[in-house]
Amino acid sequence: MRSRDAIPGRALALGTTLTIVTLAVLVPLAIVGLTAAGMTGQRLTAALLSARALAAFRLTFGASFAAAAIDAVAGSYVAWLLVRYRFGGHALLDAIVDVPLALPTAVTGIALATLYGPNGALGKILAAHGVAVAYTQLGVGLALTFVGFPFVVRSVQPVLAALPAEFEEAAAVLGASRLATLARVTLPLLLPAMLAGFALALARALGEYGSVVFISGNMPLRTEIVPLLIVTRLEEYDYQGAAAIATVLLLASFALLLAINALQRRLIAARGRA
Amino acid sequence: MIAVAAAPARRPRPTVRNRPNAVPAVAIAIGALFVGGLIVVPLVSVFIEAFSAGAGAFASAFVDGYTRSAIALTLEVAAATLVCNTLFGVLAAWTISKYRFPGKALLQSAIDVPLSVSPVVAGLAILLAVGVHSPFGGWLLRHGLRVAFAPPGIALATMFVTFPYVARELATFLQEQGRDLEEAALSMGASVWQTFWRVTLPNGRYALLGGMLLCNARAMGEFGAVSVISGHIRGYTNTVPLQIEVLYNEDAFAAAFALSAALALVTIALSLLRNLAEHRARR
Repeated sequence: MRSRDAIPGRALALGTTLTIVTLAVLVPLAIVGLTAAGMTGQRLTAALLSARALAAFRLTFGASFAAAAIDAVAGSYVAWLLVRYRFGGHALLDAIVDVPLALPTAVTGIALATLYGPNGALGKILAAHGVAVAYTQLGVGLALTFVGFPFVVRSVQPVLAALPAEFEEAAAVLGASRLATLARVTLPLLLPAMLAGFALALARALGEYGSVVFISGNMPLRTEIVPLLIVTRLEEYDYQGAAAIATVLLLASFALLLAINALQRRLIAARGRA
Repeated sequence: MIAVAAAPARRPRPTVRNRPNAVPAVAIAIGALFVGGLIVVPLVSVFIEAFSAGAGAFASAFVDGYTRSAIALTLEVAAATLVCNTLFGVLAAWTISKYRFPGKALLQSAIDVPLSVSPVVAGLAILLAVGVHSPFGGWLLRHGLRVAFAPPGIALATMFVTFPYVARELATFLQEQGRDLEEAALSMGASVWQTFWRVTLPNGRYALLGGMLLCNARAMGEFGAVSVISGHIRGYTNTVPLQIEVLYNEDAFAAAFALSAALALVTIALSLLRNLAEHRARR
């Protein structure tokens, strides 16, 4: 008879792993929270509820939601193209989807800022039509849409590929129009994957720094995102203020992480039933 | 049920599979236009800007002493990060895939935490943990080791943000493999070490390689976390992404884009290789 755990060394391996994870990840993040917790209520209010902080939170959450929503629609659409059709350049399109993840954020940042800047190739054309992108909230949204895009495609793609074409065929055979099939059959089945992709893109956008700071222009109250405000506080040696803002951002990330985990559990359960 | 019963009487409609070319041309054009405008145009613009002043200007960007020291620092930090995160990743993947223990999902979530933390918050966390104002950082400084605003701090911040990659890729693969091979090796008298070196590691080599490539690509491109802890001391704590920022802010656009193009080529090549390794692992 084999024992319940056939491979020896569990205590040593698990103990070492837990120690490293605790020291490398959990302790540093706990220190951020503890630094914020050590503040007086008055200082905490000043750090989090100043007009400048509130404007940064509004911009970061608003632009991130908008960018993740655009990504959810456009990313699902591109995933659908990649799964349902074979066409010239299919492999290229599939590879390009990963570019925002592979490109260093500082490179993305200066590329977008130059391209959409007042003298940039696209900036000049848009300026002629009265649209300013660089140094506006629109520029922040654009950069966040760029970095979040792959998360939706890569969330939806495998689910769509595993979705039996029979469901859609059955709907078509039963007389449903293409649009009705999409609305009543495909989209409801895809919704959890789209939501997971949306949440991943949102989580990335909330904390994004490098790709945004060059195009945003960093004007307090107008185009200053939360991660930049943290950097500003640090440059003023206001470590507590920085930690307070960082804690809010951390809590938002953890809330999203829980939501994503719950969604993914549902996705796996749904695939098990299919 | 009535509709199903009535269906055969009707003339059968074409199925999804029978009409694949009805929409595609326009649909694919719309998708390609979106992806092209959002992603390809900025990507191509990096290389156009880099070579806008000719190949000579491109090459001269790499002569600058500060740029060279930035490249050297980035390579050193990426190497140190790769070694540490690979050692941890292999241990974590082995632990997660080969043992049963309560709270396994929680451990995996804890390992993945750095993926959902803002790079700036990651840098702040490391700064608060090992900076001169922290007890640990103060103790290190008294023993002659400066961490914050010095290369060790940059390495620690980079390790934090790339912490999960090797562990994730390898653990996912090894979990799919199960533990039958290991149990067979052990039952035939192999030690745990022999089982690990001769069975588990060779089996997971492509997944391990994929995780290492991804870790290295992210380590070289990291900006936010490193920016917070570096102190921006030229020739000492500036990595390649930080040097790109410095050049850009000094209006040295040709040099900034030359360095960007080189860095982008490296990170994109590493990402493509990683996809290849992942593909091999799945075969």
